[in-house]
Amino acid sequence: MYFGLSEDQIFFQDNVKKFLEDQAPLDSIKKITEGENLEVKKDLHQGLINLGINNILIPESNGGLGLDLLFATAVSQSLGEGVATLPFIGPYVMAPIVIKYGAGDDQREKLFNDMSQNLINFGVGFSEYFGSRDSSELSISDNKVSGRTLFVLDTDFASHVMVADKTGQIGVVSLDSNGIEIVDLTTVDKTRSYKEMRFKETTIEILEKTKSSTKAIEKALDAGRIINAADSLGASQAMINKAVEYSKERKQFNRVIGSFQAVKHMCAEMTAELEPCYSLVWHAAHSFDDSSEDSRLMSCLAKSHVAEVSKMVAKKATEVHGGMGFTDLLGLHFWFKRIGLNRHILGSPEIVREEAAKIQGL
Amino acid sequence: MDLNYGQEYENFRKEVQKFCKEYSGVTITNKKGGALTSLNAVADSDKPDGQKVTRAEWQKILIKNGYFARSIPKEFGGFGGEIDIIKNRIIAAEFASSKIPPPMGGQGIDMLVPTLLELGTQEQKEKYIKPTLHGEMIWCQGYSEPNAGSDLASLQTKGELTEGNWVINGQKIWTSTAQYSQMMFCLVRTEPDAPKHAGISYLLIPMDTPGIEIRPLVDMTLHAGFNEVFFTDVTIPETNIVGKRGEGWAVANATLGHERGSLTNPNATMSRLKLLIERMKEETINGEKVIDNPAYRDRLIKLQGKVMAFQSNALRVLSAKLNKGQDVKMAGMIQKLVGTELRHELEGFGIDIMGELGTLYEDSPNIRDGGSWQFTYMYYLGLIIGGGTSQIQKNIISERGLGMPREPKTQQGA
Repeated sequence: MYFGLSEDQIFFQDNVKKFLEDQAPLDSIKKITEGENLEVKKDLHQGLINLGINNILIPESNGGLGLDLLFATAVSQSLGEGVATLPFIGPYVMAPIVIKYGAGDDQREKLFNDMSQNLINFGVGFSEYFGSRDSSELSISDNKVSGRTLFVLDTDFASHVMVADKTGQIGVVSLDSNGIEIVDLTTVDKTRSYKEMRFKETTIEILEKTKSSTKAIEKALDAGRIINAADSLGASQAMINKAVEYSKERKQFNRVIGSFQAVKHMCAEMTAELEPCYSLVWHAAHSFDDSSEDSRLMSCLAKSHVAEVSKMVAKKATEVHGGMGFTDLLGLHFWFKRIGLNRHILGSPEIVREEAAKIQGL
Repeated sequence: MDLNYGQEYENFRKEVQKFCKEYSGVTITNKKGGALTSLNAVADSDKPDGQKVTRAEWQKILIKNGYFARSIPKEFGGFGGEIDIIKNRIIAAEFASSKIPPPMGGQGIDMLVPTLLELGTQEQKEKYIKPTLHGEMIWCQGYSEPNAGSDLASLQTKGELTEGNWVINGQKIWTSTAQYSQMMFCLVRTEPDAPKHAGISYLLIPMDTPGIEIRPLVDMTLHAGFNEVFFTDVTIPETNIVGKRGEGWAVANATLGHERGSLTNPNATMSRLKLLIERMKEETINGEKVIDNPAYRDRLIKLQGKVMAFQSNALRVLSAKLNKGQDVKMAGMIQKLVGTELRHELEGFGIDIMGELGTLYEDSPNIRDGGSWQFTYMYYLGLIIGGGTSQIQKNIISERGLGMPREPKTQQGA
């Protein structure tokens, strides 16, 4: 029995963390979020591709690394911790899982082979399935898609998008196709981009097995939610570390503020709430990999619980920094906002908890 | 990650399940023949009747089968098995999900026995451990004093060595189960000139020694869970000391570690959550099942996330005991704080789902589960405060865990 990340997983996680620390310091992130430094962003992405993050979930027989979701979870923590301005959850986690469970045999081989060589890259737009808003609606018929969907994830380097309709049917659209309008959404989190996509009789290739089964979209959502929680976990840990560090340096009343119980207790509260989240998220990822009975439930609980804890951490860690925490100068807000986005991406906590209740037959 | 315990352990689990089934009808009786509850679980019976057994008999059945005191040597009354954390965990989990009476707990078993095994003399081990395991010798803990709570090391109860005896004077408070106890393990200031922490000794005091007065202290649950204990020239043999003179603080710290481990039991929390869900399916408000009310349902799942996180955290702590080199320092350090606060919240939600009926107590008509939600809600507030308050836990987490500076000392020495 062993509960935790393996040496290999920690090694991979550390590599990503160190890469981001070296190559993506805060100054560089700031520039990227202001729309500059796009070459740097490309280089960062290429650097992570070189480390293999695109291949984690692709089978070895298709040129991938054939690793599991717990590996991806370990990596996601580092991406959150370093507020990586890069896609991950869509192209490198949800897309391969959709292909594994939803593609027909021929589709699967071709897509996996192309993905492992980074010849195609997916954005993912599944909001219609779990939380349609603002009269968005997507209809798929006769290999054509029409309508609009919000919050398409990770399109920065995408050549294609996967979109789902409200029944969970998933298709692949090439971004070179006719009849696509892509609208930038401006969220508070500038470290990642989100799009609205409008389709008009656009050509779509439906993934065979998604026509009759919701398994692919369920598995992709389960995995996406765990990875999303891991990202918030990493971001929260970074915020706690910064708060503790700052409290040991900043002096008021001739004392470092970290010697005041009011400040110490805030840090202890954040830690006490966050620490069990590691166990929950890893446990959920393991349940996913093991296809255990409770895996859907564990994913919902990990997503919704971490959403609450990370929100609390984002607030308290900012408060420990006092006025400086509120400034753009310190950049703490990048983590604050990323956590704020993660909370709602792939299902807001209330929506996900209701799903958790239904999964248990409550 | 590997959550399988392996075939040997799965077989062991089946054995435990079989035992739980076999003994599922057992109730333990007190001296008046009534069933024991958690409130009077330290009392005892002398006449078994049918499936009713006395506390001591039940303890012996459990020890014989290796389901209690498993790794304690046979010569001291234990089962004499190897230390096996996984088997202990399987036993705890299967017991928690069945209806058979759990093994006896309490401060003698949870705190004194491990301390004696670690630091006691051969004579002390032989004399005290066996009757304690059998439930025939109940212990209470004499630590807190009216002026020594969170700042325990400032305690002032005095012990003087006179003609080969310790003579003890002073007062203890918050002493659980003192009225049922045969023995007390007690912190006493024996070296008045030494610095605060170096002047304390760990003494073992028979509770029938002349000069001891016990006054029950009724708590908010309306039970006398605690007592005040007064000592007037209480005289005990010089050998009734664990460790050396002045080493009592170190001995006590070994014991406090055991206590904090025992205050939070993820298996019990999970069982209560399951019961809570059952109640939500049964209870109705205006004809609607509570579980069908979205506000209650949302609160339930929120709570379930916390319980699951806490349980997973305990698995991680367990894993580090089995796998050398795994660092779970922080995961272990937060358990007392998180576990007691979580249980308190869970019990409070149990009250809320009953609405007005949730306020019923004692032997009221229409009461649910014997008032256990109210009782445990209050009881856990006691555990949040006892064994190092939540605030003291936060000091420990921030200072020892996060390396934040200690509070500047306002006074030095005792």
